[in-house]
Amino acid sequence: MFKKILIANRGEIALRIIHACRELGIKTVAVYSEADENSLHVRFADEDVCIGPPRSAESYLNVPAIISAAEITGADAIHPGYGFLSESAYLAEVCEACHIRFIGPDPSVIKLLGDKARAKKAMKKAGVPMLPGSDGPVTDEEQALKVVKDIGFPIIVKAVAGGGGRGMRIVRSAGELSHALRTAQREAEAAFGNGDVYIEKYLESPRHIEFQIIGDHHGNVVHLGERECSIQRRHQKLIEEAPSPALSDKIRKKMGSTVVDAAKAVQYTNAGTFEFLMDRDGKFYYMETNTRLQVEHPVTEMVTGIDIVKEQIRIAAGERLSFKQSEVTFTGHSIECRVNAEDPDTFAPSPGVIHAFSTPGGPGVRVDTFAHSECTVTPYYDSMIAKIIVHGRDRQEAIARMKRTLDMTVIEGIRTSVPLHLKILNEADFVSGRLSTSFMDRFMPQPKKSKLADTA
Amino acid sequence: MDLNEIKKILDLMRDNDLTEFELEQDGVKVRLRKGSAPQWNTHVAAPLAAGYAPPPTAPAAPSGEVAPVPLTVAGEDVDLAIIKSPIVGTFYRSPDPGAKAFAEVGQTVKTGQVLCIIEAMKLMNEINAECDGEVVKVYVENGQAVQYGERLFAIRPTA
Repeated sequence: MFKKILIANRGEIALRIIHACRELGIKTVAVYSEADENSLHVRFADEDVCIGPPRSAESYLNVPAIISAAEITGADAIHPGYGFLSESAYLAEVCEACHIRFIGPDPSVIKLLGDKARAKKAMKKAGVPMLPGSDGPVTDEEQALKVVKDIGFPIIVKAVAGGGGRGMRIVRSAGELSHALRTAQREAEAAFGNGDVYIEKYLESPRHIEFQIIGDHHGNVVHLGERECSIQRRHQKLIEEAPSPALSDKIRKKMGSTVVDAAKAVQYTNAGTFEFLMDRDGKFYYMETNTRLQVEHPVTEMVTGIDIVKEQIRIAAGERLSFKQSEVTFTGHSIECRVNAEDPDTFAPSPGVIHAFSTPGGPGVRVDTFAHSECTVTPYYDSMIAKIIVHGRDRQEAIARMKRTLDMTVIEGIRTSVPLHLKILNEADFVSGRLSTSFMDRFMPQPKKSKLADTA
Repeated sequence: MDLNEIKKILDLMRDNDLTEFELEQDGVKVRLRKGSAPQWNTHVAAPLAAGYAPPPTAPAAPSGEVAPVPLTVAGEDVDLAIIKSPIVGTFYRSPDPGAKAFAEVGQTVKTGQVLCIIEAMKLMNEINAECDGEVVKVYVENGQAVQYGERLFAIRPTA
């Protein structure tokens, strides 16, 4: 077992890792930028090393500084948390070269699953359901119609080199196809210098369902069930829950074993999450794999009773998984709200000094945070300051519990997303479990001109 | 930096019971210290990004000047240039074990002159003097681990 772990992260997740290390009797090293000098993770770690100025690129993303900090403190492992360098094959490789254990998958697996094209190929081969589409660029209407014949409308035309909503057109009928192709190609050429477009099946208001897996270095891989993360704004998750109100035990078992097989097929070790979109017919389509711990891991911990971070550490230290698939049970329902330092209506960031910070206790409440009274929320990093997690006997109790917890949460001095979370929890659609990735549209200012406009 | 800004810093120090205050911005380094040399105080207000609203007693940003401004607070001389570590690593005073140190207290150094080596990931990084002057203090010991921003040397610049 490790004697000392360096945490290459900050904020609430750095504290989360410290929790696990303390419980396992492992010493901790915090690294911090000058902006985080007084942060809780620095204060509660056994040792701390300042690694750079506030800018992430010069501190939390600075591999030499982090490795150097591990060397001067004698850390024998690094936990990268989430975000920052957690999916950096480079950090994992440097760790290997310096005889420091990287708490995560092998660099080769990180590279494979981090490359969207390679990942899709590997997952398809492993029997994971994929979003159907053209296998490569589509140049003309005739070719496009051939693809559509197989997959059906609606489809989305997307730029091969693209992103950010540009070079994309939704097409709902054959009559729109030719025009959509041409405009998407023109837009792609203008925005990315590459006019190549491909076609993918377009899912109307899908649900975001992800499966947590964990594997050791002895060939054992287990899934810990799914999380539903459909409540998102611009691909930023706001509320997550486990289990998904849309899944039956039967589907859970089936998809669970599919992801376990996929993980084994690529020799996945340590924790990971397979993300899917689920359409209205209950069909799953693979999106991507996150080769790291996720922000929303607590909801899985609440319903399974398993400490995922401790398991990560044990696995990295060479131990076998401490449980079998048959021993994994799901009890009750858990919901997590990501509390962000931002205006709940305009989403404008709201950094500053928190003057009062109080979260209620009571049954089934867990708060993961680095915030406290008189702490400073700086503008340098992402705006999430706390995760409020509840667990209840069922979804109804979890919702009631989350509402009273948010109502009794006091954060003064900055604006937070708490009022928005309460609005969401009071929506009839949320209460009845009618979730999808378009759920948050009702809270968005109406766009004057949508980039993703129908061509009708 | 004008006298009003200095006064604001002194108020800030008094109100927050600070014994030492150091500010570095746009090439200006200013350090104010109360009484005899204390331990480095971590409650120093760092310059923050534009748009961020600091507590009301924060000092106004100083205008850029090249040379540090000599100030006397409680009889202390504060016109020293502090060389801080730009990286994380192990501090060595000489090029090889047993060799003469790059810079001793009392030694005159020139801009660009190597003061020490900081080893990081098996690479030896030379740390250079940022001005001409006399080395008046060495803050760390040979072989000591240093972090980003750690004070290494104090140099009294020659005008």
